[in-house]
Amino acid sequence: MFESLTEKLGQALRNLRGVGTLSEENMAEALKEVRSALLSADVHFKVAREFVERVQQQAVGQQVTKGIAPGQQVIKIIHDELVRLLGEGTTALSGERPLKVLMVGLHGSGKTTSTAKLGKLLKKRGYRPFVVACDVYRPAAIDQLEILAKQEELGFYADRVSKDVPAIGSAALAEAQAATADCIIFDTAGRLQIDQDLIEEVKRLRARVQPDEVLLVADGALGQEAVNVAKAFHDALQLTGLVLTKMDGDARGGAALSIKTITGVPIKFVGTGEKTADFEPFHPDRLASRILGMGDVVSLVEKA
Amino acid sequence: MFGLFKKFKDGLAKTVSTIAAKTHGLFGGRKIDAASLEELEEALYAADFGVETTEEILAEIKAAYAKDKTLQGQAAAAIGAAVLKRVLAGSEGALDGAGAGGPGPGSASPATSKEPIVIAMIGVNGSGKTTTAAKLGWRLKEDGKTVTLAACDTFRAAAVEQLKTWATRLDLEIVASHTGADSAAVAFDAWQAAKSRGRDYLIVDTAGRLHTKHNLMEELAKIRRVLQKNDPTAPQHRWLVVDGSLGSNSIEQARAFHKSFGLTGLVVTKLDGTSRGGAIVGIYRQLKLPIYFLGLGEQAEDLQPFSVENYVNALFGLD
Ligand SMILES: Nc1nc2c(ncn2[C@@H]2O[C@H](COP(=O)(O)OP(=O)(O)OP(=O)(O)O)[C@@H](O)[C@H]2O)c(=O)[nH]1
Ligand SMILES: Nc1nc2c(ncn2[C@@H]2O[C@H](COP(=O)(O)OP(=O)(O)OP(=O)(O)O)[C@@H](O)[C@H]2O)c(=O)[nH]1
Ligand SMILES: [Mg+2]
Ligand SMILES: [Mg+2]
Repeated sequence: MFESLTEKLGQALRNLRGVGTLSEENMAEALKEVRSALLSADVHFKVAREFVERVQQQAVGQQVTKGIAPGQQVIKIIHDELVRLLGEGTTALSGERPLKVLMVGLHGSGKTTSTAKLGKLLKKRGYRPFVVACDVYRPAAIDQLEILAKQEELGFYADRVSKDVPAIGSAALAEAQAATADCIIFDTAGRLQIDQDLIEEVKRLRARVQPDEVLLVADGALGQEAVNVAKAFHDALQLTGLVLTKMDGDARGGAALSIKTITGVPIKFVGTGEKTADFEPFHPDRLASRILGMGDVVSLVEKA
Repeated sequence: MFGLFKKFKDGLAKTVSTIAAKTHGLFGGRKIDAASLEELEEALYAADFGVETTEEILAEIKAAYAKDKTLQGQAAAAIGAAVLKRVLAGSEGALDGAGAGGPGPGSASPATSKEPIVIAMIGVNGSGKTTTAAKLGWRLKEDGKTVTLAACDTFRAAAVEQLKTWATRLDLEIVASHTGADSAAVAFDAWQAAKSRGRDYLIVDTAGRLHTKHNLMEELAKIRRVLQKNDPTAPQHRWLVVDGSLGSNSIEQARAFHKSFGLTGLVVTKLDGTSRGGAIVGIYRQLKLPIYFLGLGEQAEDLQPFSVENYVNALFGLD
């Protein structure tokens, strides 16, 4: 499928050769292929359509720069717009001390692992991090975080008896303060955005601990569902950032564009492996190229 | 059994209501027009069907519309459902009676001479393998079968504890080692234990791994080779556990796992949300792997046999 897409885009770009001014008509075919590329990267249907429309508006009427193939110019406009959109906002975390971070998301997205990863990263930056087990449901969720905390020598708090998550949050804050921690990261249970009871629970936790950052941890291979998830979590919790996980695979990561467009919340970190060191600040240009399948696109432009 | 059935209906009811909401009016009594066709296209993409299936369904509905301009939403839904049922024909996996010499449906008597039927759960990180292994163990036990679990994720922090907790909770037998142990050795020992105790099934939980990691895929192949020392046909079932909320990457996953491990089926999890799991249609188109179960929640009873009829009707809001 991807090959034929690349071919189609190649054909569409070749058709642009010799064009002096970009117009709706001469770009139509190329833009259709771009939309198709976005869809196969799992960008949400509506988000893909709006994105292509915006690019079209920007490009129409532009003179083709001398010495540049028109196809290249179109691709550059698309790429730049995507980088701009993805990169809006800051990847930096709040400067508050103590810094309180709440990790939320769907089941199995990587919250617990990312909690430890973030703790490790902040420790390297000179913080004294403390991680809190707020998942009282999943079998051995507390053990998992405890093992990772020990391994990275992070402060750790859990209550293996209580099911009162907001109360656990309060108790953890007191413990963290006593331990003179200046960064407290709360790992929460995976939950569906339509699970009213569990959404209420995490809202109460948020109200209780007043985090400076609320990070949605999302699987980089998430499909069209990303919009529903992002919207519901954002409405309930006022997200401040996104962590995109499992990007060490070959997922194109289109969900990130959907989430960014829907919430406007900046993408802050990318998970690139199972180990606690596999965690990086976000680079919009890399993700833009990946969503567009840019490696192929660039070589196409050169051929066109 | 009543509980099971009710859960199935509840799980699907959520799916039905969300799909119906998405296509509100579209699949009702209203006449089809250009705007509703666009809405339909959007709803199909939103279910993660991907470009190919979406275009195929749309093409058939458009062709019917071209012939009959008074086509109603309900009729369009029926056409869409028919296309999907055609695409998914033959995709229902059935566990009972599978595996040569395995116990037939309802047979509960453990004959000590028989070998356990081995079911391996494999897949990318966090897809639901461990939970599915536990759910399946519980389900088989409810059906009167005897089951051993093998904790072969010796890599992820507390993965062993996770499966052990399930085993205790559901009163299932488990063979486990410690984190860092050789996963293939655990599989070997678990097979021996299941065999000597005359168990019907051995369910092997494996560590999550991305399909792009060669060394980790090799480790899976090793588990298989070691099991084959006991029984050349083991593991008889090699199921890819697919997260139903993922998009097109699931197809890449299936292709890669199939290539290195020879899959025999799929389980699709997390369909209790609003995800429609449409990527499995793409997987089935390309690999023709049967779908055995759907995961509809985090509890033991939230695992349901896959039915094309139910799945497709739920997607299109038909009864
Ligand atoms: N390859 C890869 N695996 C990851 C990454 N982040 C997390 N994982 C793995 O994904 C799986 C799920 O991670 P967890 O941290 O347990 O996810 P979670 O969101 O806490 O899961 P629940 O608490 O059950 O909702 C584990 O196998 C992790 O090792 C990543 O960036 N890359
Ligand atoms: N809502 C819902 N959650 C599920 C379902 N199946 C599994 N989960 C949840 O998804 C998360 C991950 O499940 P696991 O069984 O740990 O996944 P895994 O594939 O074993 O993960 P790794 O071993 O880390 O790769 C847990 O929080 C489970 O409770 C399901 O059908 N529905
Ligand atoms: Mg967790
Ligand atoms: Mg597991």
